Amino acid sequence: MARDTRILMGMPITIEIVEDGLRDLVDDVFAYFATVDRRFSPFKPDSEVSALSRSPLPLSDLSADLREVLAIASRTKRETLGYFDIRRPDGRLDPSGIVKGWAVRNAARRIEAAGCQHFFVDAGGDIQSLGKTAKGEDWRIGIRNPFNDREIIKVLVPRGCGIATSGTYVRGQHIYDPYRPGQPIDDIVSLTVIGPDVLEADRFATAAFAMGKAGIRFLEELPGLEGYVVDLNGIATQTSGFRAFVTS
Amino acid sequence: MKRFARPIALVGCATVALCATIDSSAEAFAGPLFWTAIGHHNEAPALPADGTPAVELAANARRYTNGSFTGPAVDAYYGLVQVQVTIQGGRLASVEVLQYPSDRRTSRVINSQALPILESEVISAQSARVDIVSGATLTSHAYLRSINAALHQAGG
Repeated sequence: MARDTRILMGMPITIEIVEDGLRDLVDDVFAYFATVDRRFSPFKPDSEVSALSRSPLPLSDLSADLREVLAIASRTKRETLGYFDIRRPDGRLDPSGIVKGWAVRNAARRIEAAGCQHFFVDAGGDIQSLGKTAKGEDWRIGIRNPFNDREIIKVLVPRGCGIATSGTYVRGQHIYDPYRPGQPIDDIVSLTVIGPDVLEADRFATAAFAMGKAGIRFLEELPGLEGYVVDLNGIATQTSGFRAFVTS
Repeated sequence: MKRFARPIALVGCATVALCATIDSSAEAFAGPLFWTAIGHHNEAPALPADGTPAVELAANARRYTNGSFTGPAVDAYYGLVQVQVTIQGGRLASVEVLQYPSDRRTSRVINSQALPILESEVISAQSARVDIVSGATLTSHAYLRSINAALHQAGG
């Protein structure tokens, strides 16, 4: 087994591969996250995203990775009634809402392509797991209590699905409602989404969180996606298929 | 500050009634009895001295009056919606939908498309072991900011 946690893209990233002898693969996947950070960071002035943010560039000048992320962002904006928007209120581009889930999905694909069937990748709570733990059990994922980071409030068995949580994070309000710029989203504090893979979970978690209380109803209408939202008063609401992923 | 209870109760009800029209008639929907039952003073928690993010849950801190409280039947345009809430041990234990539109074919279609009955619960800590954790963490600071924004919206 190989397992390591490093801080990249401003968050802890953990990779665990159950199969033996794959320490190099873990290093490779961390190197991949580092290249994603260099290209997509809105905080690094020399990143490709920062360059595009400053001045429009022809599509042909962009890397294939950035074109793919922009295409996913544009599709997500359509699918979420405009609630997912990588353009921030100040006009700058911030594709972080997609890049995290996208990078975790790609990392998981790399590990799978190397022949592994039992692993997980966790980037700041965006999680893709596959197969079983070293003990041969299902991966068990806890949803953190948004009011107390030492507690979990739900235990999920994703069985190959991706999981992402959007919320009012440590650094404060980082998700904006594009229809009410400048207004903090204050009625819900944490939204966990289970999707076919971690990218799907991540992009819909971000968008549904921006919808506030209506987000969970939006998720209920979408096939293949389940959600668990916690509001400011500690009341949780779940979609009808969410229970199937819950264990104790 | 007392009015702050309104959006709180709304969440509990609206997630069960689940339609946009309910939100607009929320006051009639919830009813004065319900508000009286839960309209308790809510205080923003003090920042812990050590800066840890352990903030007491508002839902757990508030003591409601025990019992079952039935809201009035409210016209939600396509039919009537009525719920009953049960408070046990001072906490919101369950919300039961007493009636919702299902007697007409058109209503049923609207229901299946726009009125999923979603389950709500008060969150509670689990002691089970997990391999990985997914979650947003609220620091006390962010929590207080949210409380203040909510109070502002509530006219407090």
